[in-house]
Amino acid sequence: MKAYNIIVLAKQVPDTRNVGKDAMKADGTINRAVLPAIFNPEDLNALEQALRIKDKFPGSTVKILTMGPGRAADIIREGLFRGADGGILLTDRAFAGSDTLATSYALGQALKKMGNIDIIIAGRQAIDGDTAQVGPQVAEKLGMLQITYVEEVIELKDKKITVKRRLENGVETVRCPLPLVMTVNGTAPDCRARNAKRLMQYKHAKTVTELQKENEDYTHMYNDRPDLNIPEWTVNDIETDPSQLGLTGSPTKVKTVENVVLHAKDSKVISALDEEIETMMIELIESHTIG
Amino acid sequence: MANYYNDNSELKFHLNHPLMEKIVRLKEREYSFKKEFDFAPMDYEDAIDNYDRVLEVVGEICGNIVAENAESIDAEGPQVVDGHVIYARGTQENIDALNQAGLMGMSLPYKYDGLNFPIVPYIMAADIVSRADAGFVNIWGLQDCAETINEFASEEQKEKYLPRVSNGDTMAMDLTEPDAGSDLQAVQLKATWDEKKHTWLLNGVKRFITNGDGDISLVLARSEPGTKDGRGLSMFIYDKQDGGVTVRRIEHKMGIIGSPTCELVFKNAPGELVGSRKMGLIKYVMALMNGARLGIAAQSVGVSEAAYREALAYAKERMQFGKAIIRFPAVYEMLSLMKAKLDASRTLLYETARFVDMYKTYMHIAEERSLEKEEREEMKKYQRLADIFTPLVKGMSSEYSNQLAYDAVQIHGGSGFMKDYPVERIYRDARITSIYEGTTQLQVVAAIRGVTTGSYLAQIREYEAERVSPKLEYLKRSLIILTDDYERAVKKVMAADDTEFVDFHARRLVEMAGHIIMGYLLVLDSNRDESFLKSAQNYLNFAKGQVKAHAEFIRSSELADLGNYKFEI
Repeated sequence: MKAYNIIVLAKQVPDTRNVGKDAMKADGTINRAVLPAIFNPEDLNALEQALRIKDKFPGSTVKILTMGPGRAADIIREGLFRGADGGILLTDRAFAGSDTLATSYALGQALKKMGNIDIIIAGRQAIDGDTAQVGPQVAEKLGMLQITYVEEVIELKDKKITVKRRLENGVETVRCPLPLVMTVNGTAPDCRARNAKRLMQYKHAKTVTELQKENEDYTHMYNDRPDLNIPEWTVNDIETDPSQLGLTGSPTKVKTVENVVLHAKDSKVISALDEEIETMMIELIESHTIG
Repeated sequence: MANYYNDNSELKFHLNHPLMEKIVRLKEREYSFKKEFDFAPMDYEDAIDNYDRVLEVVGEICGNIVAENAESIDAEGPQVVDGHVIYARGTQENIDALNQAGLMGMSLPYKYDGLNFPIVPYIMAADIVSRADAGFVNIWGLQDCAETINEFASEEQKEKYLPRVSNGDTMAMDLTEPDAGSDLQAVQLKATWDEKKHTWLLNGVKRFITNGDGDISLVLARSEPGTKDGRGLSMFIYDKQDGGVTVRRIEHKMGIIGSPTCELVFKNAPGELVGSRKMGLIKYVMALMNGARLGIAAQSVGVSEAAYREALAYAKERMQFGKAIIRFPAVYEMLSLMKAKLDASRTLLYETARFVDMYKTYMHIAEERSLEKEEREEMKKYQRLADIFTPLVKGMSSEYSNQLAYDAVQIHGGSGFMKDYPVERIYRDARITSIYEGTTQLQVVAAIRGVTTGSYLAQIREYEAERVSPKLEYLKRSLIILTDDYERAVKKVMAADDTEFVDFHARRLVEMAGHIIMGYLLVLDSNRDESFLKSAQNYLNFAKGQVKAHAEFIRSSELADLGNYKFEI
């Protein structure tokens, strides 16, 4: 039986699911101080798909690649707790301000260095930007095949994968040769919980930067146990063209951000009669309120 | 995204009790395991952080999966197909999620793939699981049968079975039979040595066996033909992989429906003897039962937590006469007393768990090296305390869980009687807690020794001697007065020098001791964290009434009155 090398692309995002009134600053940017940083939900669905392949094909490896500030090392640890074999934190001021294009470029260059990849799995989209562009763009940058909106891997045999895609109006089953990039929907199974032993073992996993702040009593441990060192790659560790990085490499420019507050303008009373409900439904569909 | 650990600060409070430092140091053998096991803690802070993080996982799984499945499991229940149990869909989902997270074998040693957790965090996990689904905690919580294997089985048996438990095999304890319920001495299931097959063979019927189709079972059987009492019974391990046991039926129960209660037929089922022959009931079942009783106490506290939360949420929401019903004295008093009983039973639960941890850990250390004199004395002290606190907490907390479930339904009014709200299920689930693993009446039989030997009083005096902040002194003074009432009542009952008279008043005396002990524990908790003060005050007001009523009953009771209570048959 074959084993596969799988990379999961994951992002640390502000938790925008339970937004309070001070979630946005006056200038329209996200107030990160009040929103906890979490593992992007659909990236967890992606991780679960990767771990299921690993469960089925022993010897497979699952590694996480994340780009972000130093605290994004949490994403690698979270992956380790749930069953990933390791990961790389791509972090540098040079990446700051990246839009989806610059992000895909940087991730693509890191993936090239990682090499020997059978499957790249990412969440469909991140809850902060909601673009769903990074996964597909990475595939383009690497010249790899891609399947988006994956809900389930039906079969993986030798160098071919068959998956179910969840689309707006139904499902589609497609087959694709490896290597490929897949993006996974939130409708795919939830990620498994953290495993107790892995939690106890890998909570000490640290990047070099984090180690400098570490309690000295523990430092010997990092020499004895290389698995606890989270590799941290800066712009110097990968081959890049500076003009394609960070703000410079980002064609997306935000002109203004507006606060939109929805108000009810008028209200209608509808009785529980079938005809009236049907009329309302037609009206709502025609006005594109639902549908 | 509910988390049943993070949303309950009382749990963290009990996890950080001052005695934990010593318990963890002993349990981790001065933190020497880290050389051999990557995930073993390096120091106390590291260990507590481990428990905290793992309990957070338990809380997450319970809040998002186990609690969500409770309703459908209750409706669906398990079934028997071809002599074996098929769990309800949700039950299997719960088991899979907890196994995946490595939450079996929590208290087993590292070398058997366990997490080597002390009893305190393990019991805390049971408390959390039970809040999510009291029926499910039975299946998951039977992992503590493994502790009996760890204590009494041979090294070979430990190596064979314990890692399997750590990796997800479920367990059962097969004790009860149609004619041997509370009276286990009457067990008849036959164990005969088969010279040809070189194994013990088990034959007979067991009844009311929780998770009877579990992977690994501990079976109490008569190995000495011709005997009639407990001295002819031995303990065996039955491995489901060997075959020989079928499930004849599953009981139709009032509550904990997801937990399959089985009638088992043993037909030449092979069994491995645990420890020595004839010690089955006398030694091993007693140990097994003490562990199980602590587990039921945790289950009871979890049920109380669930009942309290449902009632509180409903009382805040439900509007009558133009305001939320929680604004009415009749309702808020009920809720405050529920909270006080919940906090009281929980503090007694973790106090008992610490006692068990202290003595059991010393007991295991004693297998590795001989204990120092002080260590031996400490072990004996905590064993005595564990022995009298276990029946006390099982009895009191299970009765309270029933009272809380009753009050929770009452607060819901007519809606609580309908299947639309979870309290209806909680009410049914609570009912068993004061019955199985020994009825409350039998807990009293075990606990009365604590009264007659003066052990409860001695421990009450220890609590009395602990220093508390001046503003808590007045609470202590009321407890000292109640202790006087208790002492007088004990003296009066003992003076009659009649065992029936002691038995007659046993429940009252044990309850008096229980109220005083829980009162002290809540005062000490308030001393560490002011948020317990309300519960301490409310509990004491309640306890005063209870203790005084029992004291008055006993004061005016004479041996000759017993005739009034007896029946002709």
